[in-house]
Amino acid sequence: MSSLTFILFRLAPGDPTINFLSPSFNEETRAALMKSFGLDKPLWEQYFIYMGNLLQGNLGQSFLQGKPVAVLLADALPNTVLLTLVSLTAAYAFGIVAGAFLAFHRGGLVEAVSIPAALATRAAPEFWLGMLLLAALAFQTGWFPTGGALSPGREMNSFADRFMSGDFWWHLALPALTLMLYLQGLPLLLMRATMLEVLNDEFIVMAKMKGLSRWSVVMRHAARNALLPVVTAFALGLGASIGGNVVVETVFAWPGIGRVLVTAVQSADYPLAQGAFILIAASLVTMNTLADLAYAALDPRVSVGAKR
Amino acid sequence: MPPWTRECRSVRSVSACLRFLRAEPFAAVGGAIYATIVLVAIFADRLAPYPPKAILRVGARVARYLPMSSDHWLGTTSSGRDVLSQLIWGTRAALAVGLTAAVAVVAIGTVLGLLSGYLGGWVDRVITWFADIVLGLPFLPSMLVLASLTRPGTTVVIISVAGLLWPNTARVIRSQVLSLRERAWVEAARVTGCSTGRIMFVHVLPQVLPLAALYGSVAIGWAILAEASASFLGFGDPDMMSWGVMLQEAYANQALSRGAWNWFAPPGAALMAMVLAGFLISRGSEKLLFPKLADQ
Repeated sequence: MSSLTFILFRLAPGDPTINFLSPSFNEETRAALMKSFGLDKPLWEQYFIYMGNLLQGNLGQSFLQGKPVAVLLADALPNTVLLTLVSLTAAYAFGIVAGAFLAFHRGGLVEAVSIPAALATRAAPEFWLGMLLLAALAFQTGWFPTGGALSPGREMNSFADRFMSGDFWWHLALPALTLMLYLQGLPLLLMRATMLEVLNDEFIVMAKMKGLSRWSVVMRHAARNALLPVVTAFALGLGASIGGNVVVETVFAWPGIGRVLVTAVQSADYPLAQGAFILIAASLVTMNTLADLAYAALDPRVSVGAKR
Repeated sequence: MPPWTRECRSVRSVSACLRFLRAEPFAAVGGAIYATIVLVAIFADRLAPYPPKAILRVGARVARYLPMSSDHWLGTTSSGRDVLSQLIWGTRAALAVGLTAAVAVVAIGTVLGLLSGYLGGWVDRVITWFADIVLGLPFLPSMLVLASLTRPGTTVVIISVAGLLWPNTARVIRSQVLSLRERAWVEAARVTGCSTGRIMFVHVLPQVLPLAALYGSVAIGWAILAEASASFLGFGDPDMMSWGVMLQEAYANQALSRGAWNWFAPPGAALMAMVLAGFLISRGSEKLLFPKLADQ
């Protein structure tokens, strides 16, 4: 966990003084503006103020939107988490089943076609997959909305209203499909590889010798053991996607954390950019730790205590 | 094998290469894709039918959004530029970014992995600690922050790819070196009075180079994807004729709502082909470098 603290310390100070101000400001407005954000103090002082606030959970105010960073992030986070959860779950459900299937049909045409296809979806740029889907399914056929999270003019008062509305899920479909296409390759290849490995193990031979049915051997003996690395990858994927959604959220104008980060960086809104970055980095580190713990919990041969 | 091939090393290695490609069709396809891209990049100025940035005209009007035709195989962009010519010139940017970043990743990762594995002690602890921190950084967001703190452009992309991807290579090299340093020939070198530096870089380094090259071929792909994503988000170099910049322009100029598939489909397909080629080559050579894996 030392890395998390380090990340916070390293990136929190940023460089808010130079980049944020546009050259068109005259010296006086500049000074006034600097003062109002506390930018006239020396950098080390700003740093300690920022760190002090951070420890109290205060991420500061957005330069441009004039709202607390925490509020803006809290608005965006559920959108990102939902998008990530929906697409990852779909991707892993598909990947696990398809990977197990492929492990049984080694060689031949199925493998020759599906392995390069799985690799190709991993090689394609996410945002390009999104653009193809957007052009085909939104612009040409009009089946799906072209961006955003709600239809224009629709306001949702409560949190629950928003996430229960069909409109929201209809907007979620395309970005989730894009991410799913991009993400399914890893669980598929991983499941296939570990399945092949497990099927050679002695206990599988033993199970076969006991005369158990093929279904029982595959599902109760092999698949359970092969799932281990996939579960870990899922936890890691959850952390990584929250940051990796940046481009997909931009393509679909999906109001999530990634998009907040991109627009904040583009408009040099440093407190907001820092807040979003810290949130993304923290979720990555948290999920990595959870993945380690999950691995140890599922596989008694690995012990967390022995590592340190 | 005819006897004369034994005399001539180059002929022998070529025939070994051919045998490898026949045994590994995936790697052969990947190699073919790379060869095509390199050739296109070398002859880009002759192959491209138009200058990539020239604004073309039909009569007095700018040739905007032309569909595919015999004059413009892939049509034209919103500003009247030839898509095929841009695509062809894009190979140069892709190769330049990919190769530079991959060489940097492999160089940093190999040297640090070697130092950390061979020297051990506090060097090992510091390097491993540093690698753990870098692995905890989200890739694309970190690149955006770096780009915004400095100046957006290709250099930042390459530096971020090198700075964020070296730990993967370093870890693998380290664990390999840990096992190599216990071997008898390293012991022999030590006994004969070789300096530590000489043992590391003359005796151990060549043993881990194939592994490093394997990670390099994957890093090329990551670097190109990173450049494309950065350009798409507006943090690339808009003057460079890259596939990412093409996609960004297409997205920003309503190519999607106009259904201008001829504009936005090819650059992405080219990106995909190039990254896929890296994956295929590394999968194929894995079996060559680590024959034990292939038994499974």
